[in-house]
Amino acid sequence: MRTGYDLELVHLTKRYGDTLAVKDLNHVFAPGSYVCFLGPSGCGKSSTLRMIAGHEEVSEGSILLDGADVSHLAPAQRGTAMMFQNYALFPHLSVRDNVAFSLRMKGVDKPTRHARANELLELVDMTHLADRLPAQLSGGQQQRVALARALVTEPKVLLLDEPLSALDPFLRIRMRTELKKLQRELGITFIHVTHGQDEALALADEIVVMNNAVIEQAGPAREVWARPRTEFVARFIGGHNVLALPQGKVTVRADAVRLSNEGLVGATITAVEYQGASVAVTTRTEAGDEVLALLPEDAFFASPKSPGEAVKLSWDEGRLHRLEG
Amino acid sequence: MLKNRHLLGWLQASPLALVLLAFLLAPIVMIVIVSFWGATEFSIYPAFQFDNYEFLFGSPVTYRVFGATFKYAFITWALTLSIGFTVAYFLAFHVRSQTMQIALFLLCTIPFWTSNIIRMISWIPFLGRNGIANQTLISWGLIDEPLEWLLYSDFSVILAFVHLYTLFMVVPIFNTMMRIDRALLEAARDNGASGLQTLRHVILPLTKPGIMIGTIFVVTLVMGDFITVRFMSGSQRANVGRLISNDIALLQYPSAAATAVVLLATVLIMIAVMLRFVNIRKEL
Repeated sequence: MRTGYDLELVHLTKRYGDTLAVKDLNHVFAPGSYVCFLGPSGCGKSSTLRMIAGHEEVSEGSILLDGADVSHLAPAQRGTAMMFQNYALFPHLSVRDNVAFSLRMKGVDKPTRHARANELLELVDMTHLADRLPAQLSGGQQQRVALARALVTEPKVLLLDEPLSALDPFLRIRMRTELKKLQRELGITFIHVTHGQDEALALADEIVVMNNAVIEQAGPAREVWARPRTEFVARFIGGHNVLALPQGKVTVRADAVRLSNEGLVGATITAVEYQGASVAVTTRTEAGDEVLALLPEDAFFASPKSPGEAVKLSWDEGRLHRLEG
Repeated sequence: MLKNRHLLGWLQASPLALVLLAFLLAPIVMIVIVSFWGATEFSIYPAFQFDNYEFLFGSPVTYRVFGATFKYAFITWALTLSIGFTVAYFLAFHVRSQTMQIALFLLCTIPFWTSNIIRMISWIPFLGRNGIANQTLISWGLIDEPLEWLLYSDFSVILAFVHLYTLFMVVPIFNTMMRIDRALLEAARDNGASGLQTLRHVILPLTKPGIMIGTIFVVTLVMGDFITVRFMSGSQRANVGRLISNDIALLQYPSAAATAVVLLATVLIMIAVMLRFVNIRKEL
């Protein structure tokens, strides 16, 4: 069963002195969805998250959660909980006491809060380490504790600030599977800030791409990937080539580009990179655009190419996607 | 090869070891030896006798003076801790810009540009019978006649101690506070902790090592002091340091040495007890 709570941003703006960090954001988040804020550093995604959490003052506009304006409430009264980038576990408290911290602040007695903390630790599979101190845990274990601590308040929205960036690549992939699973089980909205497009694609029901303090594009992961609205989105989400054609800027996916002897565009190969299942061939067109072709391994090795060779690039006309602006 | 490495290790450690041996350990051993010597009105003779200690522990003056010393140490500790913690908290958590933090911190150290003695003496015209404090209070009509307890009293002694040693509390506490990850304070707020709860449940426990280091500084300084007590009490109060300094003035070295050994043992026991409670190793 899903319990949904609407989260809505209305004309949300954040100023630091004269600089605009977040500019007039309007967005409604579908209840119970996994949302990824994607963008380069300094694009305003973290400021937005921190405003939703209540750790940053809202300069203008408001944040509505479940029909109520929460813009000026204290973080703990909003129904949101935040998981911090480096987990921010209290180093002097045991795992169990970390998870029970918010209950202790509310004055819940020890047996009750420990019982509740144990339930949450069970959920993230950390019961066996409940008496350890955070410093005695690995990165992945610390993250589970941070998750349990955030969830113990029964938030309507869980905010995650680059939660996977402190983990090594292997663990990152494992933890993101667990995050997704947990979100599906709990049925609450997760808002996850990241600058990794693969992470966003893997996790998100909805991707919100931000750049220069505004939302560039928001939509389901597949839609953002298949139909990037602007050049920035196309470049940031990866796997796309942006070409300046007479009719305007277009994108063509790297896996739609073919190398052949006769084709549409002449180019020179600048780099060849073997990636296992596929081979990434970087070329430079006569017009000076850099075009990446992602070729299936067998297709490439049927007629191998090396850097410096001249080739023709081709693609089906239908695979071209026009960009706005 | 292995033997060589051992030798190299010893050699590398030896300069510091020799310095400590010559300037720390040897004098203490000397004091311990002398504390067993005998003395008459006009001579000191090497011996191994417990007369000095017997006299020391047999005299009610000793207990009174030790009591006074503990009292000074405790009151000074309590005051420097509350002032030091507040100042450090303000510097670490309320002052946002680092430039301002450094500027204010340097401001705290300005009194240290002059010597202890001068700082102590400068209190005298302020606190004296016809000093600035009394005159101001009289002119405000708060009191009719000068307060006698302002100078040459326990009050003035403790005032001087607090003035001299608060910085020794501020520095280690400030240092520990600066190492607290600011995200922890946000996490506490996110978990519904009020400002006071954050102070009590997050900042205070994480500042304990700094408090302990400051405590060791202040307690040992006050326990070993003799000049502040002499100046600020007008020689009307005594602590263990003055007991020793009087003995030395009378050339009663064995007796002074015995008192010094007892004081040293007392302070070491106090520090050992404190270290049982808080682990300061990660601060060093």
